[in-house]
Amino acid sequence: MTVTTRPPRVAPRPEAPVAPVRAPDVGDLGVGLARSFPLRREGPAKLNGTAMYTDDLVFPGAWYGQTIRSSEPHARLLGIELDPAFDWSKVVVVTARDIPGDNYVSLLTDDQPILVTDEIRHHSEPVCLLAASDRQTLREAKHRIRLLTEPLPAVFDPLEATQEFAHFALAKGDIEAGLAEAELVIEGTYRVGHQEQLYIENNAMIAVPRPDGGVTIHGSMQCPYYIHKALKRALRLSDAQAVVIQAETGGGFGGKEEYPSIIAIHAALLAQRLGKPVRMIYDRHEDLAATTKRHPAIVTHRTGVMRDGRLVAQDIEVVMDGGAYCTLTPVVLSRGTLHAGGPYACPNVRIRGRAVATNTPPNGAFRGFGAPQTEFAAEMQVNRIAETLGMSPLELRRRWVYRLGDETPSGQILRESVAGEEVLERAAEAAEFERTRVQTGRVRTDRLAGSGSVARSSDVLSSASQKVARGIGMALGWHGAGFTGSGEVKLASVASLELSSDGRLRVLTGSTEMGQGTKTIFPQLAAEQLGLPESSIEMAPQDTSIVPDSGPTVASRTAMVVGGLVIQAAARMRALVEDSTGRPFADSYLEYATEHDGLRIDQQFEPYPNVNFDDETYRGDAYPAYGWACAVAEVEVDLDTGETQVRSVVSADDIGKAIHPVLAEGQVEGGTLQGVGYATIEEIKLVDGRYLNDRLATYLIPTSLDAPRIEAILVESPFSGAPHGAKGVGELPMDMPAAAVVAAIHDATGVWIHDLPATPERVLAALHGIPPPPLPGISTISARSTEPAPSAQDAGTPEEALDPRPDAETDPQPLRGPQP
Amino acid sequence: MPAEPPVESPTSLAQAFELLGDDGWRPIAGGTDLMVQITGELAPPPERILDLWQLDELRGIKLDNGWLVLGALTTYTEIRGAELCHQHLPALVDAAATIGAAQIQNRGTLGGNIANASPAGDTLPVLLATDAQIVLGSAAGERAVAAASFWTGYRQTARRPDELVLRVAIPLPRGRHVRFRKVGTRRAQAISKVVICLSWREDAGVWRDVRVGLGSVAATPIRATQTERVLEGAAARRETADHAAATIAAEIHPIDDVRSTAEYRRVVTARILHRLLREAGGW
Amino acid sequence: MTYRFNVNGDDVALDVPGMRRLLDALREDLGLTGTKEGCGEGECGACSVLVDGEVVDSCLVPVCQVDGREVLTVEGLAPQGGMDILQQAFLERGGAQCGICTPGMLMAARAYVDHGGAPVDEDIREAIAGNLCRCTGYTKIIEAIAAATTTGRT
Repeated sequence: MTVTTRPPRVAPRPEAPVAPVRAPDVGDLGVGLARSFPLRREGPAKLNGTAMYTDDLVFPGAWYGQTIRSSEPHARLLGIELDPAFDWSKVVVVTARDIPGDNYVSLLTDDQPILVTDEIRHHSEPVCLLAASDRQTLREAKHRIRLLTEPLPAVFDPLEATQEFAHFALAKGDIEAGLAEAELVIEGTYRVGHQEQLYIENNAMIAVPRPDGGVTIHGSMQCPYYIHKALKRALRLSDAQAVVIQAETGGGFGGKEEYPSIIAIHAALLAQRLGKPVRMIYDRHEDLAATTKRHPAIVTHRTGVMRDGRLVAQDIEVVMDGGAYCTLTPVVLSRGTLHAGGPYACPNVRIRGRAVATNTPPNGAFRGFGAPQTEFAAEMQVNRIAETLGMSPLELRRRWVYRLGDETPSGQILRESVAGEEVLERAAEAAEFERTRVQTGRVRTDRLAGSGSVARSSDVLSSASQKVARGIGMALGWHGAGFTGSGEVKLASVASLELSSDGRLRVLTGSTEMGQGTKTIFPQLAAEQLGLPESSIEMAPQDTSIVPDSGPTVASRTAMVVGGLVIQAAARMRALVEDSTGRPFADSYLEYATEHDGLRIDQQFEPYPNVNFDDETYRGDAYPAYGWACAVAEVEVDLDTGETQVRSVVSADDIGKAIHPVLAEGQVEGGTLQGVGYATIEEIKLVDGRYLNDRLATYLIPTSLDAPRIEAILVESPFSGAPHGAKGVGELPMDMPAAAVVAAIHDATGVWIHDLPATPERVLAALHGIPPPPLPGISTISARSTEPAPSAQDAGTPEEALDPRPDAETDPQPLRGPQP
Repeated sequence: MPAEPPVESPTSLAQAFELLGDDGWRPIAGGTDLMVQITGELAPPPERILDLWQLDELRGIKLDNGWLVLGALTTYTEIRGAELCHQHLPALVDAAATIGAAQIQNRGTLGGNIANASPAGDTLPVLLATDAQIVLGSAAGERAVAAASFWTGYRQTARRPDELVLRVAIPLPRGRHVRFRKVGTRRAQAISKVVICLSWREDAGVWRDVRVGLGSVAATPIRATQTERVLEGAAARRETADHAAATIAAEIHPIDDVRSTAEYRRVVTARILHRLLREAGGW
Repeated sequence: MTYRFNVNGDDVALDVPGMRRLLDALREDLGLTGTKEGCGEGECGACSVLVDGEVVDSCLVPVCQVDGREVLTVEGLAPQGGMDILQQAFLERGGAQCGICTPGMLMAARAYVDHGGAPVDEDIREAIAGNLCRCTGYTKIIEAIAAATTTGRT
């Protein structure tokens, strides 16, 4: 925040008119949008403090668990030393040897151990587990463990990494011919750093031993059945012995897609050893230091265009940093690669993507899942090309955007539900893009003409006559709905609708609520089909012993795919009952229930017709449909400091069908702000493979004062394969705001920032040629780590010139335990 | 649940001083710094805590003989709401408004900011730039230490272990101008990257008694004394601003850290100083 | 030592260490789990409560400092089973998504409204600047708070 004492002598500037929030008409409040759609089902409980998140649950006699983690990025683990002077009889210790099943976190590839055996591959890797009956004992025990290690060389730069997790290639037309034919080839390299999901509720799990020898897990999660699968394998449990129950979950955004399996297994191992419940509630520092982040990426473009604006060639390379283990990296890379060209028709395309390993904590799912990274780069190219050609960024996109019948780089013909043009026009109009751009352009031209376009070295230290510059920028995005390729077919998700013998209706699904509105729209969809009020449909708890596997709550598939199953199940139930009774469902279902002892319909996903994809060649219909979105951002840049204030963002999003407009707007607004944070202040620096931004004081997300006014415009271009036409809304809004913000910064200042986040340091460096900060996403190496590792480190040695903790000269690295 | 060291909550200063006669006490005011240190396990928890919150003798804002006097337990909210502060030292109000947000401002105290001695403490450059006196007290009596001498090293102060910060006394010379500017990491709940407070008295067209207080560019809050000398006796013209900006850029030696870079801090400190001079000079 | 204070209208007496965080006293000793811990360092505001009408981060307040004071938590905003104007506005306008920031957000909003806050965008933003929300983008939260102030006035 920048505050200037207003000098009383200078004539006071007229106060900006205070912007009143539009006060609702009497007709609005209570009869507004929300009342035509159901209120949030679990809303009252969340509002009055009775909603039970994991840490709110009480299990009498529970112990507390703690993870002991590595403090080196790459090392051989020689041993775990327990201080003999400490009374270990009060503490349970679990190591890799104590794992009954396979020491792997089940996901895509068997490479990530649940606990380290002999090789540490990243900082904060879990090595062993402790449990104690009280937190004081646990705190003491944590400091009485020493990891005996031998450092190994570490790899931090993805461009130097040799271990590859995955690669993909897409080709269309003839790239070399296209580039040769082009009148102009514009090159660009773009780098994006890590981003933390920053759910406000930290990861948390409680494991409770079962009488049948199994474990019940209560926790914060997106995917109960991912945990179920991983738990069974690690602890050698049957389906019935492994019970996973989602507690109220305070945000996920992908950060609770795959990571919770590890915590659940850890808690379960301790609970089984102990025979008592064990609570593993992460604090913020541990969550930031150890859990997954968005994959950093380096995206290189060579784009061939004609001077008249035709797009003829796109040659794109994507390199993603997966961190130390595979997790979901191949799928993230896949989506990133498939979206890397942006929503544009181009005759000659080559996209090559690869994801590699570095000795940093594994990266994982985060809203957008590869697309925000590559679409940032794609949109930067479009905006830069518009500048080079002297064309409006809006006009250029009008020419390039996919239209019905166009072919994508994977060879998919876009046969329906194509709304790129519409969202482009709606956003541009609502934001008054062209009119504003003319104004800002004029001001920028005057300013640059006045000062000269080349910054003089003496200018670096001085202010200019203009202090603040305004800019406007746009970006267009697309997001394939649901799982890539044959993913949905493989998932074979099931959702069920049950009518009990006493006449109660409930939806059974493994899809979770994490704020996006699952528990509100599923009863709504079922009720619409059945002709009943929404309040008459219950939602079964997300408990694996009760509900079927509806696939993970990810990939913006919940409303589209699982919602579709709910509709189909309801339609079937209605038909069945009405056929039997000869009367409308609403009038006859209670009677039917009594007479037939209830009824249950299980609806399994069936492949979308005419959607074919070859996983081997990566050709065909990558997604059944795409969502389309356009963001227009306005910023103010402080020319003294390089600080950017994003004043407003208009986001027009085609989501196929807005099942619940208030909830859908909520997704657009929230996703937009995450994209704004990605573009501006959400920065992670690493030293020796360790995140420096490991507290909330140093990993920054936007506060209400940082947040722009956000206008969400919902557009509906329905997808015929979904019963309601919905195409997903969770991730699409995240794909393009960052590029819109950076384009707006360029409009204001005349400089392009190629690396995210576009911090004041980067903006000032671009404006005045001062040394920029280090490249994002790549760990620097401290002077200390290049010295030979001493056998007994000086406990008081401060980190050289780095203060990772607010106002601290040293980082105490509490995760490590004591200094010898 | 973090460590919970033993605590005493004296109800009078005399009682507090008596307790401080023994070793090992760590005073707590509003807790916005100390509680974070305990929870974050940055070091072994303090041996014992001296809770100052009940010491009303440390509260209050008043005018005393032409000085603005604020009790150590004055919160940022109280500073922002005090007519005396608005009237006599709006720069302090500006500084208080940049700290944290409502929750922190309701609990964070001026005395805490002073005693905690963070190089990024946002009120501290204001105290330096206004020649504030920090009044310490103990069983042995009171003594005043000039702000310029108070912060002696990284998180170290002139306060002896048996002393408490009682109040801050700020002189209010006539015709003094004070300007405050903080560049934070975001618009609220932000630690500063650069924080500057500039004060001067205008005398026949030139600046006198110039003070430049800076934070986040050294191990302590500092005065940019070379820059002050450049501005002393000069007018706020373009040439002066250029000279002052170059001087301050050469005078400070900030570091790279998690929040920013040395180069950014150096350059932005200079640019902001230049801007303040431009605004004062009206060109 | 026993600390006596008032929580949501009820007098309580807790014999706990004085440096226990008010957050832990509320959640664990009093079973009022509505107040949440998001960071433990006074950055996220999820633990916000009112002490003598002022919004504070309860993770930063030791119990010894609320002796004799009045504490209001989310559970005390409305009589049991009911909702106050703010809660109702949040519900109707979509101000809560995952809900974890919501109790703290409501307390900051409550303090704003009680201090006579107006339905002005920038002022509301400042009032809740100490409450991080990751889900909503703040848009509907601000609309809800504005609606509550306006309604409160009519």
